[in-house]
Amino acid sequence: MRALRSMGPILAVLAVLLVLIAVANPFFLEPAGFLAFLKRAAPLVILAAGQYFVIVSGEFDLSVGSLVTVQVVVAARLIDGQEQATWPVLALLIVIGLLVGLANGVITTGLRVPSFITTLGMMLVLSGAVFLWTGGAPRGALSETFRMFGRKDLGPVPWSVLILLAAGTAAILLMRSDFGKRLIATGDNERAAGLSGVRVDRTRIAAFVLSGLAAAVAGILLGGFAGVSAQVGQGLEFQAITAVVLGGVALGGGRGSVVAAMAGAFTLEALFTLLNLYGISGALEFAVQGVIIIAAVAASAVRLPFRRALRV
Amino acid sequence: MNRSITALVAGVSAMLLAAGCASDKPATSSAAPETSAAASSAAASPNTGEQSKFFVQADYDAQLAMRTQSAEGPADKPWEQAIAPEMVSTAKYKKDGPYNLCFSNAAVNNPWRQVGWKTMQAEVALHKEIKQFTALDAEGKDDKQISDIAELVGKGCDALIVSPNTTATLTPAVTGACPKVPVIVFDRGVETDCPVTFINPIGGYAFGADGAEFLVEKVPAGGKVLALRILPGVDVLETRWSAAKVTFDKSELDVVGVEFTDGDAAKTKSIVSDYIQRHGKIDGVWMDAGATAVAAVEAFEDAGVPVPAIVGEDQQDFLQKWKSGGLTAIAPTYPTYQWRTPIIAALKILKGEEVPKTWKLPQPKITSETLDTYLRPNMPPLHYALCGCEKLPDFPAGWGGK
Repeated sequence: MRALRSMGPILAVLAVLLVLIAVANPFFLEPAGFLAFLKRAAPLVILAAGQYFVIVSGEFDLSVGSLVTVQVVVAARLIDGQEQATWPVLALLIVIGLLVGLANGVITTGLRVPSFITTLGMMLVLSGAVFLWTGGAPRGALSETFRMFGRKDLGPVPWSVLILLAAGTAAILLMRSDFGKRLIATGDNERAAGLSGVRVDRTRIAAFVLSGLAAAVAGILLGGFAGVSAQVGQGLEFQAITAVVLGGVALGGGRGSVVAAMAGAFTLEALFTLLNLYGISGALEFAVQGVIIIAAVAASAVRLPFRRALRV
Repeated sequence: MNRSITALVAGVSAMLLAAGCASDKPATSSAAPETSAAASSAAASPNTGEQSKFFVQADYDAQLAMRTQSAEGPADKPWEQAIAPEMVSTAKYKKDGPYNLCFSNAAVNNPWRQVGWKTMQAEVALHKEIKQFTALDAEGKDDKQISDIAELVGKGCDALIVSPNTTATLTPAVTGACPKVPVIVFDRGVETDCPVTFINPIGGYAFGADGAEFLVEKVPAGGKVLALRILPGVDVLETRWSAAKVTFDKSELDVVGVEFTDGDAAKTKSIVSDYIQRHGKIDGVWMDAGATAVAAVEAFEDAGVPVPAIVGEDQQDFLQKWKSGGLTAIAPTYPTYQWRTPIIAALKILKGEEVPKTWKLPQPKITSETLDTYLRPNMPPLHYALCGCEKLPDFPAGWGGK
């Protein structure tokens, strides 16, 4: 009940946006139209869920955008249009995602590098590596099977919506488990969590690994949706962070629900769709994201004194 | 409680913005002011916005005329041809070989430049009199290219080839190099005529008009056309759109939107899907470059509607889609074979032979009649067909083909 109340505002905003979209475009109310929206939102929602784990533990992951690009570019080059290469490459992409997350986590916790710096560095390393390997332009082609997940339907339902359902359910179950409680405790008060027996470093590493995994899945869906591109991941890290913040999750950690973070991603995607439907896009999208991040952080800063007062 | 406040503030600010936008009448693009568009609302296509400030009527007229002029030079080697050349003497640069050629490249950061760069290297390999070929890649940074040019000038190059990253910023660097070494500029220009020759195909106006005229011909009057642009403010792209705008404004077509895609396939696909939903039917798609054309085609396929008349480019993945889907399409080109010409020009200059001051290469468009000539099944999807590289050694492997 408490969780539902805290999610009230974001759900209200989402509902209003959905109504506005439906007014501009009645097709949106039909199952096919709505499923198309879910399909388009799926990569960002999954990415936001991954980012949520990291943010709620008190860190950031800025590397997910370039990680998505790496996934798509690597997949295209290794698959090179051959169907039989699809499954091994999909497995490899998941492993790459997990390894990048692991590296982010170990460097942040073990070497005490602030995650902002770690993942910024990782973002540069990954985009540099892609550039070196491709000489600036992706080569090869994705197979039909690979593209199925982002583009095709299973019966009436797009594959990406099914994958989104699975990923969302897994994220919710994970947050309801002991791991979720340890994660929130870590983000809320690292010292207190440590003293009460939480292995803070391990918990944070796990959060980064989950974020890497989410980026791998998002990369597979985006590559499937739109095909090979060297720009596919550009700016996605900020979209994911914006979505999480929009869902009311506190930057700095310790508060907010994963469902709200995913609702934030839906809201952001709905906002982009609406801007597009009204013929406004491009630069304004960035401006909107910027305003959201600043407003959310300002809001949390403003209320901090009250919170302390309450605790005393 | 705290969470709710954060979400509320964030949400409200987002809604305010959304509401603010929604109350505007649909704008054509973020850059287009409303005033003049509203003033000319009687025109057939009020949605095309204001004319670009890059538009120069004389250049537009000249380029459109050049499309029908025949080029001088060998017909099977368009990279050696020139349209209406005004020759200049290069006797003062004459010197004996072997030569040391230098090249300051803006970048190899997109498939078009990659194909061009490979083609240029293959051209160099053809000439034994080139003893050394020094190339520096500016990685898309003006400041690096300025220092690259300075470094190359100091290295004792016999001729310097420059493909400028941006026009205005690189002008002083090129001006500085001109007195010391014969300079050849190609692809994008600079604002000085000190280079011995400036090489490029006809240009953006011709590219944009080729696509727009095709749509005017194929789409019935009153049909809805969506225009997709990469981004604003780049001269070669601005001229493509401004020429298309002139064509559309004179036509009976209804331009329902002009959108920027950032060259991003996913964004392109989303934008096109939204327009299909919003208008029910889109009858034509114009593009200022075809790199995301396949994504646009897929948006129609995924929506389960026929693919309308579409403008692409000579990229293999688009040509493939065109052929397999039996599309109504056209591919204007900005041929990558222009990367061969600067090497040929440099050798001519060093041998004291005349070269055109402004070396305009032919700029063919691929039509359904010529599609089969340009579609090569074994080339990679991002290969550009007009590379003029088919007879070079190491083709197709050197270009990623099989």
